[in-house]
Amino acid sequence: MDWTQLETALSGLQKHLFLQAQSHRPKSDIPFFTGMICLAGFYILMILLMVCADLCYTDFQSLRQTLGEPEIQYSIQLSLFSCSLSTIMSLAVAVPIGYLMSRFEFKGQSLVDAVLDIPIVLPPLVIGISLLVLFNYPPFHWLSDWVVFEIPAVVLAQFMVACAFAVRTMRVTFDQIPRRYEQVALTLGCNRSQAFWRVVFPQSYKGLLAAGTLAWARSLGEFGPILVFAGSTRMRTEVLPTSVYLEMQSGDLKGMLSVSILMIALSAAVLVLARIFGMQRINA
Amino acid sequence: MIKLQKVSIKQGDFSIEDVSLHVPAGCYAGLMGKSGCGKTSLLEVIAGLRPICSGTVTLNDQDVTHLKPSSRHLGYVPQDRALFPNMRVGRQLAFSLEVQFMPQAEIDQRIRELSGLLSLDHLLNRYPDGLSGGEAQRVALGRALANRPKILCLDEPLSALDEGLHEELCELLKSIHKELNMTILHVTHSRPEAKRLAEKIWHFKDHQVQPAD
Repeated sequence: MDWTQLETALSGLQKHLFLQAQSHRPKSDIPFFTGMICLAGFYILMILLMVCADLCYTDFQSLRQTLGEPEIQYSIQLSLFSCSLSTIMSLAVAVPIGYLMSRFEFKGQSLVDAVLDIPIVLPPLVIGISLLVLFNYPPFHWLSDWVVFEIPAVVLAQFMVACAFAVRTMRVTFDQIPRRYEQVALTLGCNRSQAFWRVVFPQSYKGLLAAGTLAWARSLGEFGPILVFAGSTRMRTEVLPTSVYLEMQSGDLKGMLSVSILMIALSAAVLVLARIFGMQRINA
Repeated sequence: MIKLQKVSIKQGDFSIEDVSLHVPAGCYAGLMGKSGCGKTSLLEVIAGLRPICSGTVTLNDQDVTHLKPSSRHLGYVPQDRALFPNMRVGRQLAFSLEVQFMPQAEIDQRIRELSGLLSLDHLLNRYPDGLSGGEAQRVALGRALANRPKILCLDEPLSALDEGLHEELCELLKSIHKELNMTILHVTHSRPEAKRLAEKIWHFKDHQVQPAD
């Protein structure tokens, strides 16, 4: 076959492919969406079924009885107090870290970024053990009598994990606020602090709300570090996950489920409140 | 007066070297150039928002090379206007006066002056997302002018406006320049716009600023 024949054959092939493309009809989108919806639906259904199973397995009477016990009442109060305190502490730390990491580039930034992820990736028990060991060394050791196996240990254990999630959320929030606003504020006579508090911070309320909700929910569910660092003493360092653990150890399945249902209800209430509050701010 | 002497900047792969520019006091200057040539970077250098590697920046006979943006006393309107989304128009206009803790009566007086000059009276209670392109541009101008700067830097202020608004804002910029006797540096890529407004035009080409033909 010489060059002329080869060129003719190639031109014929090109023409054939072009005509084929012209007559091509895109296939239906139904299989694509069916696959997507099935996979998404499976997960959503599993979440709802898990909650339904908990609700079906217990009854109102045992729920009322368990929640009326003084130990559980104490556990509820301590959980609400410690979660709220650790959330406030988390936000107080997450806002400056998120802002600094978002706005400034510096040597070792990747390393700091990785350090901030440690509480997320570490097994919860290891965080508890690490805290326990840390309080063997000064200056922490001087405070260990007031902290370790006491209520401050509960708050600190919750804070160490919840804060990492709040930091991530605040970093993304500040990343999404263009720097241009601050720059304009600087040309209008602001110093960095004024530009932050007057221009950037008011725009971050949605992220702040999301970070607070996430930190509160994480604190509520925290168990491993609390068990190791604060112990599981009834009417002392007992929070709701500890109650679930203690009820399970004593073989009271209905009691365990009742506390679990309360935790589900509390988490859902915080999510709903956050959303309602967020919507009100948007509509205002 | 705006004077840049042998200014060099470098950020990543982008760099400008030894750029000089002298805009006399009270002049309406146009700076033209293709997109991405560094016009906005040069405005940011003048406003103190971008650090320079070498050279000097002088504004109204004062060397401001090492001064913070807040100490340069100029008005800056970025291309995207950057109106603060959490503030009503009235507060945007009052912003630069509030940060100096000016008495409320003086702030109110200045807002009245600006809203008269820029026809913003009916917009004072609106948020930026309720403004049209032309209205947003007028608010951004008002916010930059509130503190009575002697220099105004405008980054493509008339782009993305329809023909009617373009015309209206051209007239407004002319009257502001005439009434307030300011030095204005207007960055644009439109030759007709530059010719219409500017007394002097510079071209930013091949990393150098040269007077236009």
